[in-house]
Amino acid sequence: MALLDVRDLSVVFQRKGATPFTAVDGVSFTVEPGQTVGLVGESGCGKSVTSLAIMGLLPRRGNTVTGEVRFDDTDLLTLRPQELRDRRGQDIGMIFQDPLSSLNPVIPLGLQVAEVLERHQGRSRQTALREAGVLLDAVGIPDPARRLKEFPHQLSGGMRQRALIAIALACKPRLLIADEPTTALDVTIQAQILTLLKDLVDQSGTALVMITHDLGVVAGLCDTVNVLYAGKVVERAGRHDLFADPRHPYTHGLLQSVPRLDADRGGRLHQIRGSVSDNIPWSEGCAFAPRCDRVVDDCIGETVPLEPAARGGALRCTNPVPQEVPA
Amino acid sequence: MTRPGGITTLADHKRRRIDELTARTSEGGGVSLIRDAGRRLLRDPAAIVGAVIILLFLIIAIFAPLVAPHDPVQRFPELTKDLTVDSVPGASAGHPLGSDPLGRDFASRMIYGARQTLFVGVLATLIGLLFGVLLGAIAGAVGGWVDVLIMRITDVMLALPSLLLAITLVALASESTQWTVIIAVAVVNVPIFARLLRGSMLAQRESDHVLAARALGVRRRHIVTRHMLPNSLTAVIVQATLTFAVAILDAAALSFLGLGDPDINRAEWGLMLGVDGVRYFEVRPELAYFPALAIILVALGFTLLGESMREALDPKNRR
Repeated sequence: MALLDVRDLSVVFQRKGATPFTAVDGVSFTVEPGQTVGLVGESGCGKSVTSLAIMGLLPRRGNTVTGEVRFDDTDLLTLRPQELRDRRGQDIGMIFQDPLSSLNPVIPLGLQVAEVLERHQGRSRQTALREAGVLLDAVGIPDPARRLKEFPHQLSGGMRQRALIAIALACKPRLLIADEPTTALDVTIQAQILTLLKDLVDQSGTALVMITHDLGVVAGLCDTVNVLYAGKVVERAGRHDLFADPRHPYTHGLLQSVPRLDADRGGRLHQIRGSVSDNIPWSEGCAFAPRCDRVVDDCIGETVPLEPAARGGALRCTNPVPQEVPA
Repeated sequence: MTRPGGITTLADHKRRRIDELTARTSEGGGVSLIRDAGRRLLRDPAAIVGAVIILLFLIIAIFAPLVAPHDPVQRFPELTKDLTVDSVPGASAGHPLGSDPLGRDFASRMIYGARQTLFVGVLATLIGLLFGVLLGAIAGAVGGWVDVLIMRITDVMLALPSLLLAITLVALASESTQWTVIIAVAVVNVPIFARLLRGSMLAQRESDHVLAARALGVRRRHIVTRHMLPNSLTAVIVQATLTFAVAILDAAALSFLGLGDPDINRAEWGLMLGVDGVRYFEVRPELAYFPALAIILVALGFTLLGESMREALDPKNRR
């Protein structure tokens, strides 16, 4: 049985006097225990909203969440706020994008790690602090005893993100959601953090949902990848299939846009026309059609369904990129 | 920490030197916001001048019985016996600043006035702070109609000029004592503190670290008390220091206008300025100068310290 089973999740933002905006439009995916699943897409495609909806962290007013988020066969969306709070941090951990602003600036680091242990594991302050030291050590923070007493502004960006990982993993959750965990870091630190995440996830058997716009992150980490566009999953495939043989023109375009060391010198980098706001409603056809290089008449008219692909995974496209024939 | 391999070939004393140097650069441990701000305040001349002024007045106020040459209510008939209606006793032996028309030693009354003025100013500020923080925290943490209700009430209070509001409040009281003054000045400051705190609470509510705390399942109570409140208090602390000055000025103004404590024995700068200072200004302007100067100095001290604290507590200045 899947650890996390997201079924037909939709989030609609409503404001008085404005047309409702569907940020997440019927997204479904599953995460098996210990598996690493990627949610990929450009800014505004609904990645972060999906993660916040799973955690029940969207604002109470101004939006409607429908569908199911089954964790261990309990629908998180139907839980009372108190029950959900008991699960957050305990069963599901979360890491955010900006490590500095995600830490409380006026509380020493140690207490911030200890807080979650006190809250969920009923540890005393003393025991929790001792465990916090062990955790900081485990995420590779040197001299943890000293760092426990320090404030977030005294740590480097990489160390802050390590600390956040320590906090998220403190209660040994079975699922970790990482929302762009490396975006705010520079490239060398990114690599360290990703390696750390990978190691920790492998050791503890924690399942990981990796939300990112960085295909490099996906390539290094994810077992399965969901490509999102305008609030819908457009392609789902195993990591190797996706990179070796992208079928959706959007995925294909994304991969083409990544600079390569072995590319012809002086050639222009591929780009996808327009921006994510240049789309049509899914009810009128394929949202990506206005930007698509392979657009055909059938793309416009009615919603393009997400259909299972022969190689596993799924695809939402009427005119997919032809399968590469092995030479 | 692992050392590059080459370092093992170093002589012992060189290696020790490296350890020494690295130990020095990595020394530290936690520096709390308050301690950090304190350190910066000590380097700011304006803050020191302000603090010295406040401290001076505070010492005078606390040790008034020891500093003052006489009891502030004791009358010296010999000073007033030869006086006409329009004059006041000048300086004489034992009475460096002379006396007021009732023959009470003016210097002693000035000194006891520090006590009264600081007492009223500090108490009015603290009461205002307490209720302002309470209301602001409730508005910011609960939100919804509670927030709207509290904020509309503060809007109405802020729409009136503060002194006018204070005068109205004093006028509403059946009898005037020093407590009516304290409460009137406190009430005037409640909406300012409430709005300020609510504003920073709202900013905190949307902040990433509060979202992160929520993602960890931290209880609402703890999110408010540990994550939102402590991060919202700096603005309020600064405002409180500045409010001391305003409260002292307001309280003095109320006394000056004759709306304070009617007890003629109480030494209070605003009252001294308003009654004797005004009446005898042409013959003995010192009676006006000294209380006015004292009020200005105390207000200046709190303003200097407050402005420096605003700088020092600004998280953008942290190192």
